[in-house]
Amino acid sequence: MIRIITTYGGLLLTAMGRTLLLALLGLVFACIIGLFFGILSVLKNRACNVISQIFVDVIRGVPMIVLAFFIYFGIPYLFNTIIGGFNMTLTALQAGTACLALNCGAYMSEIIRAGIQSVDIGQMEAARSLGLPYATAMRKVVLPQAIRTMIPSIINQFIITLKDTSILSVIGFPELVNTAKTVQANTFMAFQTWAIVGVMYLIVITILSRSAKVVERRLNVGR
Amino acid sequence: MSEDKKIMISVKNLKKSFGSLSVLKDISVDVKEGEVVVVIGPSGSGKSTFLRCLNRLEEVNGGSIVIDGKDITEKKININKVRENIGMVFQHFNLFNNLNVMDNMTLAPVELKKASLSEAKEYADHMLEKVGLSEKADAFPSQLSGGQKQRVAIARALCMKPDIMLFDEPTSALDPEMVGEVLGVMKSLASDGMTMVIVTHEMGFAREVADRIIFMDGGYIVEEGTPAEVLGNPKEKRTVDFLDKVL
Repeated sequence: MIRIITTYGGLLLTAMGRTLLLALLGLVFACIIGLFFGILSVLKNRACNVISQIFVDVIRGVPMIVLAFFIYFGIPYLFNTIIGGFNMTLTALQAGTACLALNCGAYMSEIIRAGIQSVDIGQMEAARSLGLPYATAMRKVVLPQAIRTMIPSIINQFIITLKDTSILSVIGFPELVNTAKTVQANTFMAFQTWAIVGVMYLIVITILSRSAKVVERRLNVGR
Repeated sequence: MSEDKKIMISVKNLKKSFGSLSVLKDISVDVKEGEVVVVIGPSGSGKSTFLRCLNRLEEVNGGSIVIDGKDITEKKININKVRENIGMVFQHFNLFNNLNVMDNMTLAPVELKKASLSEAKEYADHMLEKVGLSEKADAFPSQLSGGQKQRVAIARALCMKPDIMLFDEPTSALDPEMVGEVLGVMKSLASDGMTMVIVTHEMGFAREVADRIIFMDGGYIVEEGTPAEVLGNPKEKRTVDFLDKVL
């Protein structure tokens, strides 16, 4: 085990860095996607609600590994071969980010919808009765309150997304699991390799969830 | 009430239903500038719905509502502009829980560019003083009693310098000992000449402050007149029955 750490420690840490990069990129875009579809789902407009619902249903109904293959191999094939005339290539990082963002975004959309709906309708009515437009009322009054109730679910979703990056080893992105496979192949020490990788995930996720608790407590000030 | 005052609110043949439930069947009423109109009636009579139609918190199904010369039932009208001139006070206060008292009061004037932040704060201070809560500017809604919340809600509405104030059962969610302080603020508003439409169950208050009382039942205006006429000498049987129960 010591030999793995001394020989491959740097490699595994770099791989962890890439895991975090992938997770971070995925989460940033997931927040944008989630907010967009979350708000679509609470608008008083049937078409918007349906669009949001279809997005959530499709993404939730497809395993992430299928989504990953579809984006990484399927989309370039569609443009380059089926439609033709394109020369599209996706890097594993691009495809991985898109896959995480869509997947996490669908769940975030549901969290955001539930969060917004948990805010008393009277808050929106009071804001609108003062003459504030819908978007301003949402931004200044409803969303700040919704976020407080959403925080625990969002943190939970962040952690799931961080762990889901491991699935993207299948499209060849050299994140932690993919790198660990190489280490195992070189050393034949399966037990030690996967124990180290497990502990690495555990440490990062524990730090993440602990610091998230601090943020949660800060946000509750003045409630 | 002198006859030459201009008409602030003119409602004609207003109809409103929720699905197949018809709540307002045919409501016509005019409110003059500076007039205080109190709407009473049994629960389910449509009085809150009527009030909420006046600033289009409810979309109407028929008829017209002309506020200060503008028909707000027209689709094209900028309802936000109209609402700037109509303050509304809710049964459950609806203070913005994420903002302190001062921010509750300055949010709309500043966002809508009615005033700079410092101007809005100065005016808000003045309004807080008017409702007797100057020391609560930094408090959050959760730190206030019901009566204080409602007084802040009134002050918040006043910060937009509205011409009309609507009150939707403003004291119904209050503990009895806090009703007086809220009614006191409303009385002083009335004596300042504010045009007010008030839905309430406080008959004593109605008798004292109202220029006109409207009794609603079953989606219609059953009877209207001065407090002396409606409360003292009701003509309709339904009014008599209602007053027997509440007085």
